[in-house]
Amino acid sequence: MTADVAVLGAGMHPWGKWGRSFVEYGTAAAREALADAGVDWCDIGSIVGADTVRGGYPGYVAGATFAKALGWQGARVASVYAACASGAQAISTARAQILSGLADVVLVVGADAAPKGFFRPAGGDRPDDPDWLRFRVLGATNPAYFGLYARRRMAVHGDTLEDFAQVKVKNAAAGALNPLARYRKRVTAEEVAASAVVADPLRLLDICATSDGGAALVLSSVDFARRHGAPDPVRIRAVSTVTPRFPNTVLDLPDIATDSAASVAPPAEPFRASIARAAYEEAGIGPEDLSLAEVYDLSTALELQWYEDLGLCGEGEAAKLLGEGATAPGGRIPVNPSGGLASFGEAVPAQAIAQVCEVTWQLRGVAGERQVAGARVGMTANQGLFGHGSSVIAVR
Amino acid sequence: MSRKRTPVVAGWFTGDGTDGEGEADFRLLGTRCSACASVFFPREDVFCRNPGCPGGELTEVPLSRRGRIWSYTDSRYRPPAPYVSDPELEWQPCTLIAVELEAERMVVLGQGAPGVALADLAVGMEVEAVPGVLNEDTETTWTTWHWRLTGTPGSAEAEADAKGAAGVVA
Ligand SMILES: [Zn+2]
Repeated sequence: MTADVAVLGAGMHPWGKWGRSFVEYGTAAAREALADAGVDWCDIGSIVGADTVRGGYPGYVAGATFAKALGWQGARVASVYAACASGAQAISTARAQILSGLADVVLVVGADAAPKGFFRPAGGDRPDDPDWLRFRVLGATNPAYFGLYARRRMAVHGDTLEDFAQVKVKNAAAGALNPLARYRKRVTAEEVAASAVVADPLRLLDICATSDGGAALVLSSVDFARRHGAPDPVRIRAVSTVTPRFPNTVLDLPDIATDSAASVAPPAEPFRASIARAAYEEAGIGPEDLSLAEVYDLSTALELQWYEDLGLCGEGEAAKLLGEGATAPGGRIPVNPSGGLASFGEAVPAQAIAQVCEVTWQLRGVAGERQVAGARVGMTANQGLFGHGSSVIAVR
Repeated sequence: MSRKRTPVVAGWFTGDGTDGEGEADFRLLGTRCSACASVFFPREDVFCRNPGCPGGELTEVPLSRRGRIWSYTDSRYRPPAPYVSDPELEWQPCTLIAVELEAERMVVLGQGAPGVALADLAVGMEVEAVPGVLNEDTETTWTTWHWRLTGTPGSAEAEADAKGAAGVVA
């Protein structure tokens, strides 16, 4: 087992469409996290930024941008890019620096100002770029992939549109209680059913929006936390950033085809499940130990998929688990008590950090009206383009 | 002025989709590794991506013409560039079909052929790859592949059936 790192501070800039620069959101979140930690920026030994995303690829360099905005103070700097998992890889980098003794206390920041409309690739004629090709050849937007996954679940597991709608109903109710969420209105199943179809069978209210937002964490060694007057901090016990295994037989964004399993048998578990398993193994716990989970509900149907990939239920049983109320507040394993992407909309490099912020507040017992009673173990999970995914397990 | 027919991506399928070219001969083109027999689409021409493979020659191989629907969806809103569509015309939703090829054990995405409606589709149905037109500009007709239901009017199977019924085929 790997040693723990302490979460000394967590901070977020509220999600929305604010029309300002990502630098402002990230800097605001960083100042919040530093204040929460009671650590002066000038005492931070290292800053790790999760790069903004433009056209599927790294946009603005983040680490140095935030270091400059906070005021150059000589800290070690790094910037990472891993699409939707960028925030988790920033956490992973910070953790590695702490565990190796390179730094005692590290600031992790991610923020983005999302462009309007569908995410789209960068301009120009770029036939060597798989993300450009899927738009040029197929017009396949991100929601189109979400539609394919949803339809597949309906055909294989018998999920219904009503099941999908109930995920939105649950997450919107949670988001209504979260002052940091962009959407804070409860939603009914009728409202989901009445919203426009975007990519059959998914409707507008089944699919997460793209948002502006910023999130930050101050991480340190457990020794530093003790010396700093935090004897019982929330601790990060695992950060999984594994890649898929060949042949990857689930159609992933932005691919036009899967790998072929004709000559090599596919791995025993699909990519998403392997992300979770690596986190469980590193933390030395199992799904039965979880108090809550924050998962990447890019669509309502994908939240159900995560229940199975995290081992919260067996394959094909996610809709039943949802129907029983197990993943709702007060249930056996509340999922997305923050309101999830359904209530936030995706601010890509900030999102995986925001998931850990929510878990931190839940484990501290300071999540207010959305508090999961007696939360001791929280897990996050996400997946993004180009074979990236992540999962973080934190305990208290 | 006649437009030049050009594949939207070179080397991904046979022919240029010229009218009259036999639809029955149309194939998606991938590559196969001589060392481990892994098949790749889109084609890999330099290195085999099987991590357990010492590396072999990658040679072009036609993919199965037919497969079964793994899943499907449609684009109800106009996709952004670089997808090309006429902004003057009202957007017509286009089906997207993911097709499982049995021999290759892989899933390949493609647009449904014109006239393939969402309501016609179900997971598990058989479809076939046919030449299609993606878009046209002043000089070029950009060709692509489409998935079309077998047994529908215009498919090879339906034509064979029709000929059979008319006694053309013994
Ligand atoms: Zn090979």
